[in-house]
Amino acid sequence: MMQEERKVHIEIRDVTMAYGSFVIQRDLNFNIYEGDIFVIMGGSGCGKSTLLKHMLGLIPPSAGDIAYHGTSFTQASPKQQEAMRQRWGITYQSGGLFSAMTLAENVSLPLQLYTQYSAADIRSIVAYKLSLVGLGGYESYYPSEISGGMAKRAALARAIALDPEILFFDEPSAGLDPISSRLLDELIMQLKESIGATVVMVTHELPSIFAIANNCVYLDNTSRTMIGYGDPAYLRDHSDQAVVKQFLTRSAAAAEEDTA
Amino acid sequence: MSNQAPVFQLLDEDQDNCALSLSGDWVQGFEHTPFAELQAQLLQHRPHALTADGAALTNWDSVLMAFLLQCHNCCISQDITFNTRNMPEGIVKLLEVATAVKPHEQSEEQQKPWWQSLNPVELMHKVTRDITESLAFIGEVAIAFVRLLAGKANTRFTDIRDFCYQAGPNAFGIISLTSVLVGMILAYLGAAQLQQFGAQVYVANLVVIGMLREMGVLMTAVVMAGRTGAAYAAQLGTMQTNEEIDAITTMGISPIEFLVMPRMLALIAVMPLLVIYANLLGIIGGGIVAGGMGISPLQYITQSQSAFAISHIMVGLIKSVVFAVLIAIAGCRSGINSGRSSAAVGQAATEAVVTAIVYLIVADAAINILFQQLGI
Repeated sequence: MMQEERKVHIEIRDVTMAYGSFVIQRDLNFNIYEGDIFVIMGGSGCGKSTLLKHMLGLIPPSAGDIAYHGTSFTQASPKQQEAMRQRWGITYQSGGLFSAMTLAENVSLPLQLYTQYSAADIRSIVAYKLSLVGLGGYESYYPSEISGGMAKRAALARAIALDPEILFFDEPSAGLDPISSRLLDELIMQLKESIGATVVMVTHELPSIFAIANNCVYLDNTSRTMIGYGDPAYLRDHSDQAVVKQFLTRSAAAAEEDTA
Repeated sequence: MSNQAPVFQLLDEDQDNCALSLSGDWVQGFEHTPFAELQAQLLQHRPHALTADGAALTNWDSVLMAFLLQCHNCCISQDITFNTRNMPEGIVKLLEVATAVKPHEQSEEQQKPWWQSLNPVELMHKVTRDITESLAFIGEVAIAFVRLLAGKANTRFTDIRDFCYQAGPNAFGIISLTSVLVGMILAYLGAAQLQQFGAQVYVANLVVIGMLREMGVLMTAVVMAGRTGAAYAAQLGTMQTNEEIDAITTMGISPIEFLVMPRMLALIAVMPLLVIYANLLGIIGGGIVAGGMGISPLQYITQSQSAFAISHIMVGLIKSVVFAVLIAIAGCRSGINSGRSSAAVGQAATEAVVTAIVYLIVADAAINILFQQLGI
């Protein structure tokens, strides 16, 4: 297999996620390889975003370990965790832009915090990052003054400010029209290829899953664990789990089971 | 890896073309000549085409990309054709993405200098608009109140109960503290003056009349403006952000009836009770100080009784109802008119407290003058 030759970037080992005694997902075991566009999918409420929050270290797993490049994140000291986080770029479901700051201030914040660039360099880098996402010239706008799609792209500009190794996306195309969401997918692809980052995203937009993802995991709502892992197109045609097939082919039975 | 300072050089290739040779490490930590220098040179040479040559580049990161983008944009604005050669593949791709969309040109309106906001004419317009809006809001509240009395309003009574609980019992702690202290302050203030005439015992009169008519209700109102008024503004502001208020409106429910009325009625119900409680504690607080100055408890109580009159309590209670309405209006108006971002919600909460306190002081002065004229 191709996958064995590639280097493992993120390892999820026996992770169980729970709120108190309520288990959301248990025994999650999978690898994300360098340069992957990895999708976490599953029905609503199955814990996709929660898994992402676990990977980001916002919630500690109740059992198991998450490792980046072989180094455990869960057991790392807060200082090490902070250093690891600096190599990540994250966009949140509703953008997560600071509404009291202009777009330029939003993008320059991580640069000011973690780099030694001069003020003039930061200004030109901010202009460049905003141009990358097609928002050149919008430096002095506030997040409330731009559209939802633009806010998503601005959040992406902030996420790539530090040239991250890993890009995390929580539902990047939720709430966007098909054209904007396709453009966003293409942008993610292009950026990924040019900066060589690993991309992890939570989404259930089938077109974007098939268009850009090369690996994915399916979290099941009823058995509360992962029941599919691999290339989404392969899973659609060859998965032994009916639910995964139904999800990927958008048939009604999966939806019924999800809400049951 | 050799570390070389990042350098660029503008070379004439032939009459119309220039080459921009980039060399060294264009990475964080290395100082490079600012772009303005290149711009000046470019304007001097005025070539038809500029080709950026990356053959001598060793390392690069976003600094180089930012620099190249500036070159590109400058060339476009000067009608110079911009090309690259011998560039690493990553640079070519990123530059392609970055220049795919033309930079947005800011409209005139966006670029207003900050001092324009000080224009007195515009400021007056803004103040007039604010006052009109406030009056319109008060009008809407009045209409909703009439509809409520007629039994036609969409106000949920369970909401009123919840808000009463939030505004009332939950506020006991802070109200107790402030009113005991205010009572003590009043007593100290009076004692220092009355001592000169040997009339310390009249401290009781001062505390009783001061608390009942003025300080008890005013302090309670100030605390409630900061506590409950700001909470209302933040709640309604967040509801505005979450489009909850839109949902209420499109369901055919008036947000004033559904959201503002229960909050206001709860405050109207709770404020007089809090004021009576505050008065009592204030008088006790005054008593503590009086005791410290050699006035016996019995003396203090007798003197207090002689100063006490129903009219004093009524003045405080009337004020408390007026203040409750004002706090609710200030809080809810700021909340409902709030913008849809976290910064706007913060602004709404600030505005709620500031307007509420201004309203309170103005209303207090007006009521005092009115009662003075009426001889109450």
